[in-house]
Amino acid sequence: MTRHTLSVLVENKPGVLARVAALFARRGFNIESLAVGPTEVSEISRMTIVVQVADLPLEQVTKQLNKLINVIKIVELEPECTVERELIMVKVRADLDTRSHVLETVQLFRAKVVDVAPDTVTIEATGTAGKLEALLRMLESFGIKELVQSGMVAVGRGPRSITDRSLRSAG
Amino acid sequence: MSSNSDKMTGAQSLIRSLEHADVDTVFGIPGGAILPAYDPMMDSEKVRHILVRHEQGAGHAAEGYAYSSGKVGVCMATSGPGATNLVTPIADAYMDSVPIVAITGQVPSAAIGTDAFQEADISGITMPITKHNFLITDPSEIPRAISEAFHLASTGRPGPVLVDISKDALAAQTTFAWPDSIDLPGYRPNTHPHSKQIREAASMIVNADQPVLYVGGGVVRSGAAPALLELAELTGIPVVTTLMARGAFPDSHRLNLGMPGMHGTVPAVGALQRSDLIIALGARFDDRVTGHLPSFAPKAAVIHADIDPAEIGKNRTADVPIVGDAREVIIDLISAIQSEAVAGRMGDYEQWWDQINGWRTDFPLGYDPAPSNEIAPQQVISRIGQIAGPDAYYVAGVGQHQMWSAQFIGYEKPGHWINSGGLGTMGFAVPAAMGAKVGSPDSVVWAIDGDGCFQMTNQELATCAINDIPIKVGVINNGTLGMVRQWQSLFYNERYSNTDLNTHRIPDFVKLADAYGCHGLRCESPDQIDAVIEKAMSLNDAPVVVDFQVHKDAMVWPMVPAGTSNDMITVAKSLAPAWDREI
Repeated sequence: MTRHTLSVLVENKPGVLARVAALFARRGFNIESLAVGPTEVSEISRMTIVVQVADLPLEQVTKQLNKLINVIKIVELEPECTVERELIMVKVRADLDTRSHVLETVQLFRAKVVDVAPDTVTIEATGTAGKLEALLRMLESFGIKELVQSGMVAVGRGPRSITDRSLRSAG
Repeated sequence: MSSNSDKMTGAQSLIRSLEHADVDTVFGIPGGAILPAYDPMMDSEKVRHILVRHEQGAGHAAEGYAYSSGKVGVCMATSGPGATNLVTPIADAYMDSVPIVAITGQVPSAAIGTDAFQEADISGITMPITKHNFLITDPSEIPRAISEAFHLASTGRPGPVLVDISKDALAAQTTFAWPDSIDLPGYRPNTHPHSKQIREAASMIVNADQPVLYVGGGVVRSGAAPALLELAELTGIPVVTTLMARGAFPDSHRLNLGMPGMHGTVPAVGALQRSDLIIALGARFDDRVTGHLPSFAPKAAVIHADIDPAEIGKNRTADVPIVGDAREVIIDLISAIQSEAVAGRMGDYEQWWDQINGWRTDFPLGYDPAPSNEIAPQQVISRIGQIAGPDAYYVAGVGQHQMWSAQFIGYEKPGHWINSGGLGTMGFAVPAAMGAKVGSPDSVVWAIDGDGCFQMTNQELATCAINDIPIKVGVINNGTLGMVRQWQSLFYNERYSNTDLNTHRIPDFVKLADAYGCHGLRCESPDQIDAVIEKAMSLNDAPVVVDFQVHKDAMVWPMVPAGTSNDMITVAKSLAPAWDREI
């Protein structure tokens, strides 16, 4: 089992997310992370799907995904030539005694504070899964009251765009 | 958009769209949500609506119609229970790649999601069993949805498409405009095979010693039967035809080894098992064909051609994957193999044939005679096939009678064998035969059904009788759920839990036929078989139901027990072929 990141271009139509999610479930795959949003073309949305799966079943699920009429294109993003980012917002206990230590950690990780209350601060951070895990480990000792995390988004490095050809034919 | 735009209701737009899609027959039942569509349907001069007795019948009829006409079958139902009754035939069409379009009414869009009366999320329910589906709440989208639905159902790997339309969209005013082109950016079926793959396949074929052409339903769907005949005769490679492909290659042809799989012939199963090259054409390595997958055809390299890339490598790794339409693949293979021949490279399969012919001699398809004065079901089916001939359509339910129909009717033409292969839907035969007869009204259509199956959908006899659809139904009545009983005999120590239907007492099928306005005939002894079949053949003013009372202990042989290796094939109880006796 290895971790794979799929970028899936889909038609921006109702029910597409349900079709994709249902297909993963029906073929017995667990989605580790999922992020959906618009692209530079209004008719097309992009899903970034992270799955833990062996190579052969991945090929099968990719082929099955391709059969969905609303799916336009699927690209597997290789980690070494991909920029990957997740976003977290975390509410940490921070009173007068600990606040400066918390803020120091925030600075170390180039995160930022988006809200502050007498005994908490809320921190926003983006980065790879590894960096965010490290940040959370550091914050744990102060006491994490609430954590919310986005799915991963990813884009290939270099000048090429996976949307180029699909957009011409879809637009 | 075309210029023939007009003001009308969504319902009128739907009927106009069906006319544009060249629909001549719709099988269905009206109800609340679909009611607006039924009003303009009355006025259509092109679309004939056949009122069935259960929506499941409408779905299977659409399938049978698609088989015999080569067109897209259409069924229609209302929201909620009407739509959910279509689920079984939709799943059936999905498994067997049958092109049908199902149109359902939906509750008004404002009520969607409120658990309204007769509301069911049919697009959600059918998501995993349709090639695609639509939920339409805007009347202006109706023509495009219908146009896309028919395109999707009939192209690429065919399959069912559902169009769910809310009642308010049917009732609202709209402008009809039939789209001039299809705009589906995510749908581009690849029908042309890659020439490099074809050359590689041709080279493997001429270099193989023990090749087999493993032919599946895709060959029937793509109209590739004539090309297949040419390929087989050019190469002299043995052909096996799966349950879905019976008739894709003539049974009378010397190269045809018959059906592979759980109830396949010994030569077909043995040839695949011992093959060094399997050429799979529009087949999907189904578990009923491969048996225990890891021990299936252990020495064989695999050339796998299919129009659906997801089938290639799904169950068995392909050494040469070929994505393409079966017909185009075969035509390209023929010319590539001819090029090989020009270069002096031709396959030599003589030793292979010696081995296969040994199996053919030792293990011909056959059956045990029935106890005296009782009827062997295989004999009935075999005689129906001989008397009705290869131009008739044969439609089976699911179970023993289906396997015997696959084995003992000689098929010479593609598409004349209609059955529920993938889903195994009991009750398929009567409504599918009805649809087949509507799709090919001048042909003889025999439903060969079991007494269990027949009781699931025989209400459509009323539809047949009233709408002048004179099908012939041969009920192979052994009074029991025969295939289940066979498994109980073999694997459950003859403990017959809940398989005795008592059908020799209740119901009386002759009286039932009579009640439905059909001719009812009965056959109780072997000497009556031919006369009764001839009588049934002579009656064409109404449907005919023949109650063939057969002996209940007949079993389907050969058999590979479920989950075991194909090497474990038995030709009769505890009698396995001696594979070692190889020449």
